[in-house]
Amino acid sequence: MSDIAIVDIIKPENLVYEKTKLMTDKTLSYCPGCGHGTAHRLMMEVVGELGQENDTVGVAPVGCSVLAYEFMNVDMQEAAHGRAPAVATAIKRLWPGKMVFTYQGDGDLAAIGTAETIHACNRGEQIVIVFINNGIYGMTGGQMAPTTLPQMKTSTSPYGRDIQTMGNPLKITELVAQLPGTYYVTRQSVQSPAAARKAKRAIKKAFQNQLDGKPGLSFVEIVSNCNSGWKMEPVQSNEWMEENMFPYYQLGDIKVDGKLL
Amino acid sequence: MGELRLMKGNEALAEAAIRAGTDGYFGYPITPQSEVIEYLMAEKPHERTGMVVLQAESEVASINMLYGGGGTGKKVMTSSSSPGISLMQEGLSYMAGGEIPCIVANIVRGGPGLGDIQPAQSDYFQSVKGGGHGDYRLPVLAPASVQEMSDFVPIAYELAFKYRTPVLIVSDGLIGQMMEKVELFDQMPRLTDEEINEKYPWGTNGKPKGQERRILTSLDLDPHKLEKHNFKLQEKYRTIEENEVQYELIDCEDAEYIIVAYGSSARISQKAVQLAREEGIKVGILRPITLWPFPKNAIDELVVGGVKGFLSVEMSAGQMVEDVKLTVRERTKVDHFGRYGGVIHSPEEVLEALKSKIIGG
Ligand SMILES: Cc1ncc(C[n+]2csc(CCOP(=O)(O)OP(=O)(O)O)c2C)c(N)n1
Ligand code: SF4
Repeated sequence: MSDIAIVDIIKPENLVYEKTKLMTDKTLSYCPGCGHGTAHRLMMEVVGELGQENDTVGVAPVGCSVLAYEFMNVDMQEAAHGRAPAVATAIKRLWPGKMVFTYQGDGDLAAIGTAETIHACNRGEQIVIVFINNGIYGMTGGQMAPTTLPQMKTSTSPYGRDIQTMGNPLKITELVAQLPGTYYVTRQSVQSPAAARKAKRAIKKAFQNQLDGKPGLSFVEIVSNCNSGWKMEPVQSNEWMEENMFPYYQLGDIKVDGKLL
Repeated sequence: MGELRLMKGNEALAEAAIRAGTDGYFGYPITPQSEVIEYLMAEKPHERTGMVVLQAESEVASINMLYGGGGTGKKVMTSSSSPGISLMQEGLSYMAGGEIPCIVANIVRGGPGLGDIQPAQSDYFQSVKGGGHGDYRLPVLAPASVQEMSDFVPIAYELAFKYRTPVLIVSDGLIGQMMEKVELFDQMPRLTDEEINEKYPWGTNGKPKGQERRILTSLDLDPHKLEKHNFKLQEKYRTIEENEVQYELIDCEDAEYIIVAYGSSARISQKAVQLAREEGIKVGILRPITLWPFPKNAIDELVVGGVKGFLSVEMSAGQMVEDVKLTVRERTKVDHFGRYGGVIHSPEEVLEALKSKIIGG
């Protein structure tokens, strides 16, 4: 084996995977094991495959992914916490020929930005919202999110989320699916190659809807981990997510082609 | 001669928005300026120029729509009144940081809090001192007539794009609601997408082929880099202070006393000046047209020229008077007069205050 040179291995016919063209060379700022990076990559693969590199504008508001513009190699706007759907609304209305997406965390989309989320969905803005639900505020150090599970411990629910006083985890994705303005609503995950492949198909469908001028907003939730916020090893966090998050946030399509399933 | 019409100030602002080639107006109703979005919706500007008009879910959403749209190089505008403008302050700070051009018109009403729906000028501090968080300034234009509600829209766009900054048009419920004759300027064409890309290569509207992507952000986690960005902003503000001051001097040639007043207060003070002069009191008006940058040099020249006292007349408890005092630096008398909370002072009250606070005081 030792006499096989590296040049013998790196041949086009042996290539099974390569760096996503539309990801920059910047080292990701995410914690090792975090799902954000995978979600970024899938989205940029889709934008590339749809040939939209030069016609896409992304909006990433405050949250761990506030620096998404460092990694996604398309035109990007960084938005205020919670306001990405409003920002994206104007971009799309003023540039109807461009593909516009937001990339938001659960605190961003389902707490501070609830109004913007609901109303962009309700107006049926022709944009794509990618919603990373990790059940916690990652960026600010692990506080309770609207999506935090009952009894889940966070830095602001140190004894576990008490639903009597702290409310129930918000299934905002089911909520927006009820609005006539949404055209495609789905919940995915990216913790394994199989899951990532499925998620990519969903993301592609969402962007394709926009390209085809389908009436309404396409909404892709990705249930993801926050191993740092959850204070777990990456592998353990994914197992915990499968065991605890998935039963509450059930994966799969919720609304397709404007019809609730 | 442009088209003549009898219009409310709010309607003139809306019509001027269409004629100035605005690409998008995003707004939320609030008295006393709801006529702006009502006029725009009724006018169907989409059919006239292709302009987008959208009623947002809140002022927070409207200002962030301006962030998004303005960030692509389009001409965007909103209008509101005091409580709504307060909600926009985070967005304005982001736009100052991200250097995004736009127009925000504030048809000021009485405060604080929900206050009332009558005219006021009590948002001066918020307008000229920053308003939101961080070190920034915004150019502020203060129309004093329905005519200026129209004329100042293209001027505001020019400033906004020249300096890549939000520009405020600060008016009040009196000018917003009153009807006057206005000469409208001719329709200016909206820029094409190609023209936008040529003029504003920073616009994030899809990465140009073979070029680097554009990023719009107000974030820099490296304090030294952020300080550098702030240096650049401060340099810009200095340039604006040097070049963009606008004011009007009324009856100041022989004036021994000066009323400093903008917007509605300047109109009311004109009548007060007339009354004063009938009594032989030589008084003139300095009307700041830009509230920021403030006409410091003009005031300084008046001080040097021997003016005996300044009365800052504002429908507020005394806000602009602080800037007058900062400029006069105790070389002569400065005081404030104004009714507030939505009460409008009469010319007689202004004259009385001039006599008691400045001439006799
Ligand atoms: C107006 C405002 N309030 C609060 C914050 C602080 N803040 C930044 S990110 C964040 C929560 C982020 O959580 P999430 O949206 O779930 O994204 P994640 O970091 O978990 O990916 C908060 C509260 C802010 N930046 N702006
Ligand atoms: S804090 Fe959580 S969400 Fe943020 S990068 Fe780390 S693991 Fe990911």
